[in-house]
Amino acid sequence: MSAALIQQLVDGLAALMLLTSFALLAQHRMLSVLNWFAAQGVLLAVTAAVVAYGTDNNELYISAVMTFLLKGLLLPWLLWRVIRELHVHREVEPLMNTTLTMLVALGVTLFAFHIIQPIEKISQLMTRDSMAIATACVLLGMLMMITRRKAITQVVGFLAVENSLFFAAIGSTNGMPLVVEIGIAFDVLIAALIFGLFFFQIRDTFDSLEVDAMNAHLIHGDDEE
Amino acid sequence: MNMFLATLLSPLIGGILLGLIDHPRLAARINVATGVSTFVFSLLLAVQVLDVKSVDAMGGWFHLDAYNVFLVALTTFVGMTTTIFSGPYMRHELEGGRVDRLRLRLYHSMFQLFQFGMLLGFTSNNIGVLWVSLELATLATVLLVSLYRTPASIAAAWKYFILCGMGIALALFGTVLVYFTSSTVLGHGNEALTWTLLYAHAAELDPAVMSIAFCFLMVGYGTKVGLAPMHAWLPDAHGEGPTPVSAVLSGLLLNLALYALVRCKMLVDGATGTDMAGHIMMGFGLLSLAVAALSLHKQRDIKRMFSFSSIEHMGLMTFAFGIGTTLSSFAALLHMTVHSLVKSGIFFTVGHAAQAMGTQKMSEIRGLIRHHPGIGWGLLIGTAAIAGFPPFGVFTSEFLLFTAALESYPWTTLPLLLGLLVAMAGLFRFVQPMVYGEPAEHAVPVHVNMLPVYVHFALALALGLAIPDFLADWYEQAAALIVSVTPAGGGA
Repeated sequence: MSAALIQQLVDGLAALMLLTSFALLAQHRMLSVLNWFAAQGVLLAVTAAVVAYGTDNNELYISAVMTFLLKGLLLPWLLWRVIRELHVHREVEPLMNTTLTMLVALGVTLFAFHIIQPIEKISQLMTRDSMAIATACVLLGMLMMITRRKAITQVVGFLAVENSLFFAAIGSTNGMPLVVEIGIAFDVLIAALIFGLFFFQIRDTFDSLEVDAMNAHLIHGDDEE
Repeated sequence: MNMFLATLLSPLIGGILLGLIDHPRLAARINVATGVSTFVFSLLLAVQVLDVKSVDAMGGWFHLDAYNVFLVALTTFVGMTTTIFSGPYMRHELEGGRVDRLRLRLYHSMFQLFQFGMLLGFTSNNIGVLWVSLELATLATVLLVSLYRTPASIAAAWKYFILCGMGIALALFGTVLVYFTSSTVLGHGNEALTWTLLYAHAAELDPAVMSIAFCFLMVGYGTKVGLAPMHAWLPDAHGEGPTPVSAVLSGLLLNLALYALVRCKMLVDGATGTDMAGHIMMGFGLLSLAVAALSLHKQRDIKRMFSFSSIEHMGLMTFAFGIGTTLSSFAALLHMTVHSLVKSGIFFTVGHAAQAMGTQKMSEIRGLIRHHPGIGWGLLIGTAAIAGFPPFGVFTSEFLLFTAALESYPWTTLPLLLGLLVAMAGLFRFVQPMVYGEPAEHAVPVHVNMLPVYVHFALALALGLAIPDFLADWYEQAAALIVSVTPAGGGA
């Protein structure tokens, strides 16, 4: 394949990545949130493989396989188990309605393109256009975390941010060194396991996975006890 | 560098071993033994490193210089005294039924793994590995904060997890941006993330990218330092976790985050050649001081109150590192040392006080001096020390900080002074009635081990009266290292 073709492929994948980030924000049902999350994981693995092929970087193939197994299969499966065990198929209404969320998301994306402009100018890498999209995805993941009430959707938002960071690493730098990537993958895995543990503890303790129910238990200095 | 390996591995081995031991007394002893051995190894390591100024270990994966070896020694020392303190403390919790044997095992094991993560982060020569180990230390403490499994502790741990996870994700994004520009200079591979090589080529990094990267690193690591306005997790995590955990969170983990931030600042300064990074740090520092000083007055929970004092002092250090002169860096390092010593000492005392009174509510803790003179005096002396009274070390470092601020940015002394005064008033407003006053009826006798507390305070006092020559040299070397963009030792 020619370099131009690979460049276009990566750009196309970046666009799909942005699509999944928007789709995650728009979903109401837990199951479809998980489906889009898994799709994002697979997309990441494909991107890593394409960049690995384009740059002849063998380490990146290992990352691609790791990503596929961890983010495309294992994490969505774990989360799916959790929602089945805890019977939380429906996400209650988010804090903002979908239209408003989408409009804010649009603004966030434009903002990301704006701040990344100086970086894109100097890059000679074939994947330079994806940096702005990765930044946008990071911010969209955060938006998801602050507009949702359930602990599980917060975690999906968190993992989506992690995905976008990984995308930034492949997209803008052709991948971080393998040691660092294994370290990060290891941390994400442990974090996911701890998250899983927490879900059950939270459910047992609060009878709900609503974040508001938890925060009510924290004493704040200015509240009356 | 066998001492290095011994220092790094003993908490790891201890942690794995402690995960297998069910007997509480034996586990507590092994915990202490691990703490002591780690400290002894790190002291020997520090002596070696001070002789040669800076050294690479394990084929360049680790780098030791005056700056980080000093923090390693501090970390292992506070770690050691915390293990000594936690023995009787956790036994009391076990007898009171707040933890069971399984969770006690988890506690011991995670505590040592946390130490391992800390030491790995300090000594690593790789900006990516530093990130990974900070995350590792964070994950270990998340489990520790939720150890009691009360609704409040789970909620606090969740908040800690999500907020710090978010913060640390931003720091990773900043790291990716650093790699983005450094890989064009140093090539793709670990070299482009190696501190020593990065410093040597700092001037070649792209200033625009490094500025954006610093914003992400600042907010990311700043969250972990507990700087306002990203500090929301800190009082909850300190208030709800077991006291030994509050002590190491405040005394150690915040230091590692600040260490990472300062390393990044050194790099960004070298790339941009401006004071941008320093100014941002000064701003966050002053804001944290102001927010913490005011919030202190509104607290009801004793551990929460002292955690706001930690935010205040981390703000001071960030401010001092932000000024960026040799004097201010010296002051910041000294302040880091005395704050770690005094604050962990205070948390030990507070832990005993809360156990004796059966509550963490300040309004119900009364007359400590009459009931438990040891605890009462400990709290009083500790508060005087942390509030910056002479002759304690905090006074010395704050005095140096003022001098440095007066030299470079005279106008900042006014908000600094105001913040310190308001914070001091807040501390004494609450501590006075707890120490004096009529003893409460619900007090119970507890087995108290005040030795670690007095050792900490005595060291802080000694540092305030006269800093030993070797230590002063050490600080000077470290401060010079921080200020000079390319390390004078030339470890690369």
